[in-house]
Amino acid sequence: MSDFLFLAQASAGTTFIQTLMKALALGSVYVMMGLGFVIIFKGTQVLNFAASALSMAGAMFMSILVADGGFPFLPFDNPLAPEAGTTPSIPTWMINLALTLVLAAILGLIIERLAIRPMIGQPLFAMAVITLGVEIAIRPFNIDATALTGRSLGVPWGAESWNLGDALIPKSYVAAIIFAVVSVAIVAVFYRSRFGVAMRAVAFDQEAAMAQGINVARVFQIAWGLGIALAALAGVVYGMAPFPPGGNVSQEIHPVLAFRVLPVIVLGGLDSVLGAMYGGFLIAIAEVFAGQYLSQYSGTLGPGYSTIVPYIVMLIVLIVRPYGLFGTPEIRRV
Amino acid sequence: MAFRRPLLRTSYEQDAAILPTWTQKGAMFFYLLAFALTALGAPYLSGIPSFFLGSTWINPVTNMLPLAIAAVGFTILVGVTGQVSIGHAFFMGVGAYIAVSLGGTGDGWQACVPFHDELGILETSSQCGLGLPMWIWLPASGIGATLVGMLVSPAAVKVRGLYLAIATIGLVFIGLHLGRMFPEYAGDFESGRKWPPLQFRFWKEETAFVDMAEDGKWFGLIHLSEEQKQFFFLLFMLVIMTVVAKNIIRSRTGRALQAIRDRDIAAEVMGVPEFKYKLIGFAISSFYAGIGGALWASYNGRMAPVNWSLFLSVDFIAILLIGGAGTLAGTFLGTVFVELTPEVVKKFTEWMGDQITGDGIVAVIANFMLTEGSGDFGPISLSPSSPGWPMSVFLWNFVIFGVLIVLFMIFEPLGLYGIWLRIRNYWKGWPFSY
Repeated sequence: MSDFLFLAQASAGTTFIQTLMKALALGSVYVMMGLGFVIIFKGTQVLNFAASALSMAGAMFMSILVADGGFPFLPFDNPLAPEAGTTPSIPTWMINLALTLVLAAILGLIIERLAIRPMIGQPLFAMAVITLGVEIAIRPFNIDATALTGRSLGVPWGAESWNLGDALIPKSYVAAIIFAVVSVAIVAVFYRSRFGVAMRAVAFDQEAAMAQGINVARVFQIAWGLGIALAALAGVVYGMAPFPPGGNVSQEIHPVLAFRVLPVIVLGGLDSVLGAMYGGFLIAIAEVFAGQYLSQYSGTLGPGYSTIVPYIVMLIVLIVRPYGLFGTPEIRRV
Repeated sequence: MAFRRPLLRTSYEQDAAILPTWTQKGAMFFYLLAFALTALGAPYLSGIPSFFLGSTWINPVTNMLPLAIAAVGFTILVGVTGQVSIGHAFFMGVGAYIAVSLGGTGDGWQACVPFHDELGILETSSQCGLGLPMWIWLPASGIGATLVGMLVSPAAVKVRGLYLAIATIGLVFIGLHLGRMFPEYAGDFESGRKWPPLQFRFWKEETAFVDMAEDGKWFGLIHLSEEQKQFFFLLFMLVIMTVVAKNIIRSRTGRALQAIRDRDIAAEVMGVPEFKYKLIGFAISSFYAGIGGALWASYNGRMAPVNWSLFLSVDFIAILLIGGAGTLAGTFLGTVFVELTPEVVKKFTEWMGDQITGDGIVAVIANFMLTEGSGDFGPISLSPSSPGWPMSVFLWNFVIFGVLIVLFMIFEPLGLYGIWLRIRNYWKGWPFSY
């Protein structure tokens, strides 16, 4: 509330800086989630509609590890958990986050083995629908485990912020940007490594890659593990305090988070890593700036209009460029 | 006649017939008769626990019928034309809101002008609804949805494959926001508004010519309850719409649509204009969606914008895939399966809850599966909404639904219709293997 009052009184420049930071932070979340989509699509030709449920499951893992101190039904507690009832220190939280990402990657591997591997060679739509089934099957567990009020993620810096002149910059925004930069760096290194080259070869032609001695099953595993870990990271980062869930895993927004990222990957092109980065920031800037600077028309545009700005941008882009800004056009042959 | 080789066709008319064999004609007659008699509570069923008879089962079954109409439209778009759309719920919503604007009770035509806050015409709580009879709002909902579908299709023609699927997802979310944006049409975002009941009127007279919301005699002949009247009306609509769909599919238009599905460039080379027929595909599918949506909302009485969400679209994808891609028979199998499985699971759980105190194997299983009170760790909770581990039946139904989609995609890509084909082909040559 105080944040809101502050925004109302702020000068134009301050408002701009705060809006820009918010856009960059939201863009970071979109970039991480979008990279998860693109890596899975490039590696396995699957459009992962299960990303919402899996990203929320990642955030749930984090909440269970940090706030509950261990999983139910397991005979031991999380040895790395912070003391009950306290806010964890930053190193503890980061170690738990790493553990969360490993768990999310394992979940991704399990799903890849059970649902995706039997479908190799099937049409794209069949694979996409399988992930839709996975999404529906996992979602109830997330919804059930998250109470209506949400579950705490135990973010060490909470809702604190830095003062930059007049502007208030929440620490979570900076953290989100740092996480995004680190993920992009990791993906960039991975992309140029041996595995990355193998993945691109598989994306180009699975059979030819197999004939060259590339282990396609391994590429599938790595793509799903990395992709789901990125989605989980995006889920945790979006749960940090200044974003709408307010430091919690939310029953409202987390289940549709990945569907809000679909415009990002369409804008960039489903199979373009670079496109996911540009798309993430462009969409976030459009969404946040529309939310800030068109707010005087919100009576006409309806409450929460900024959340559909990405979809409108997406539809316009699709009409002008049907394969996104950076996507590979499908060559149509008779 | 009866013992002639059944699949010997000597003319194109025979090949394209709706029900090509006498076996199929007889079976169709038998199905319709059995369906009608069962809903009427025929005496031959008296020994069987009341399945359709009471209000327990006739409601979910009737609810299924308008969804089947929309599913037929979805099959024409995705199964016959090959355009993958996840936006079917949006077109259903368009139809339903046209229906409620024309047929619902409201505050006159002034309330139907959008942005009335700025124009200062009316206060915010007013609702658009002209109170027109069903013979206006039902066709209008179909035609309106068709127009919206044709408006969208030029963009959809340009976009292919997965990009089209994602673009239509965007349509669903934009539709949800429109529901939030125009409360004068949609009512409150959470609780929605009332739809016009299924009634025949000539104009706005007080007593309806045929009122389906009351028990009573139909045409002075048959005594029917409220549920049975709605069931028969919606079944009649479904049969008509299905016959029309079947005729579209086996006509010139349908063949063109199938040519585009199989290979769009090849179809164009053969003189089938791609743009025109994709537009027709979207238009037909939206018409069915609009009619289905209007009837569904009208049958349920009260709808909120949330009802037209992504999950409704996913229902249709599941219907198409579980039923069997591209065939009308598969569509109906899929609709029955997808829409009735949750009811069966719910009823079965309730039944198990009754058995828990008894003895024998059922009570043991029930004790294992259900949670009653604390200290008991069965996976299913009988209370409808309790967070925490024992999940409610409502949530377990989603899990079952998702797992079924995955299993069908992996093990039986042709769906229930594929299973039926295999059974039929096995018995065709029986006792020989082929």
